[in-house]
Amino acid sequence: MTEKTLFEIKALYRDDFRVTGFSFGKGEKAVCIVGSMRGNENQQMYCCSQLVRKLKELEEKGRIRGGKEILVIPCVNPYSMNIKKRFWSIDNTDINRMFPGYQEGETTQRIAGGVFDAIKDYAYGLQFASFYMPGRFVPHIRIMKTGFEDVELAKKFGFPYVILHTPRPFDTTTLNYNWQIWETKAFSIYTTTTEEIDRTSARWAVESVLGFLQRMGVIEYGGAAGYVSKVASTENMITVRNRTAGFFEGKVNAGEHVRKGQILACIVDCCKGQIADEIYSPVEGTLLFAHAEPKAYQNTAVYKIIPETEEW
Amino acid sequence: MITTVVKVKLPVNESLEIKKMRLEPEEKSCDKRISIVTGIHGDELEGQYVCYKLSDYLQKNIGFLKGTVDIYPALNPFGIDSITRGIPAFDLDMNRIFPGSSEGDMNEYLASQIIKDVAGSALVLDIHASNIFLTEVPQIRINELHEKTLIPFAEEANVDFIWVHGASTVLESTFAHSLNTMGTPTLVVEMGVGMRITKAYGDQLFKGILHLMHQMGIWSGEDPVVKKPEESFAHKDVCFLNAPASGIFLKNVVHGTCVKKSEQIGVIVDPLSGTVIDEVKSPVDGWLFTIREYPVVNEGSLIGRILYD
Repeated sequence: MTEKTLFEIKALYRDDFRVTGFSFGKGEKAVCIVGSMRGNENQQMYCCSQLVRKLKELEEKGRIRGGKEILVIPCVNPYSMNIKKRFWSIDNTDINRMFPGYQEGETTQRIAGGVFDAIKDYAYGLQFASFYMPGRFVPHIRIMKTGFEDVELAKKFGFPYVILHTPRPFDTTTLNYNWQIWETKAFSIYTTTTEEIDRTSARWAVESVLGFLQRMGVIEYGGAAGYVSKVASTENMITVRNRTAGFFEGKVNAGEHVRKGQILACIVDCCKGQIADEIYSPVEGTLLFAHAEPKAYQNTAVYKIIPETEEW
Repeated sequence: MITTVVKVKLPVNESLEIKKMRLEPEEKSCDKRISIVTGIHGDELEGQYVCYKLSDYLQKNIGFLKGTVDIYPALNPFGIDSITRGIPAFDLDMNRIFPGSSEGDMNEYLASQIIKDVAGSALVLDIHASNIFLTEVPQIRINELHEKTLIPFAEEANVDFIWVHGASTVLESTFAHSLNTMGTPTLVVEMGVGMRITKAYGDQLFKGILHLMHQMGIWSGEDPVVKKPEESFAHKDVCFLNAPASGIFLKNVVHGTCVKKSEQIGVIVDPLSGTVIDEVKSPVDGWLFTIREYPVVNEGSLIGRILYD
């Protein structure tokens, strides 16, 4: 394992800002794996830290295939992680809205530019990503429809679902989108949580990534075969919203199969304690996402369902 | 008349309401409507003074009003109330969610209802105040996709500068881009600095709005003389100055002044060691229309912008 600083900036009163990468094997740039980019992405960094541990063990056993290099970057934004702020410490900008970056530009553009220069030539790019809405996911692989997406390759992770997502204007400045434009096969990996560490889904994700590396001939690994992935698209997903605001009492969790008409959650009046609204499933399907905050604003997407009829 | 544009109930004993003031004469002789909008970013307050001044003046001189004036002083009321740039609780930039969706979450729904209400105006001014980091001369920024429609309006708005900038996919989700794409001409005004009110700039823009209203036939009262703005598209370009190092920036010039090539704009110092870390010099002869106001800088932080030939 080689530890290297990929990008650094000197600060006035803080230690230098450093993006550190851990490299395994030598040779062609095979796979780059990126963890947290925002200060609340503990689960994403935890997954990468576990990958660093496993890859170090594999390297010591000679199981990184010759001529292949793997780079893992557990954290692109240590400054925000260390002060528990989601975005950049001074101006609140989001590094994952700055790609491909610009090394002569503003601070987060420079960070994105410096990191992207170091990682843009890898054949495969994996990013542990998070969703802006608070909730729990079924672990899945997400790929953007850029014209360069490779669904069959995404299935090789062995996750239960591969989700296809049509990029919106603000997605065009994310790492995943720009990796694809620069001809890296890019995949976003969603585990269950963001701020809270969920060891079970983290272990699942680490095993899936190692399985993918084994199937792509990058490492020798004897992990489980994983799932035969089902493919769904965000356009065909059913979003369930609450009609009134209040305390959110979820009755079902992400990953559960629900029937049409099944009760999913209750909204409770915050002052009077009465049930203000009941939320029922409009379709039969699997819950990809479930809201996980004590309160819900009116019309929040509290569940996202992959309908039973969605093609795989 | 004050009306509610959109209202949603919040979890705990409160509703979020976005309101507007509609001013119109009893008998309209002009069907046109001008909309003055501000407060998308909760830390940008320059537009508050303009809205107040315009509303006060027009109400006292309502006899000269021929068409409709809609004033929306707070599109992001929670942001203004909590000194938050984005939408509090969501950590979301409101100016990246337009045109919104009536079927979307609360914020998307709010955005969609705002667009529905403003769309159809003969002209919209979306007033911003840079942010807390930078001070700007009064200027109008125009996406090159809409320059033909917007420049004639912008030239009459009594601003110091018109900046036509390149199209960017990210900017497609802004309030102004959404309206311009729908055929409602929308000017983005940037002036002053975040969290402060610069009355002189507010007075300047107020005169520009009266002049525009006069030209559009909405107003028959005083028609102020407006200044001819600098224009980025008249064989000129914009040069960006970024901090060469992290530290405390001390400026030596004020915005709106002409600078010479190699002239010192300011220095970046380290108060701990008592040393100058680096100098910021102008790389060109030009006009400094933006300068950094907030002293703490990281390497790369924007220090200023210069218009040059």
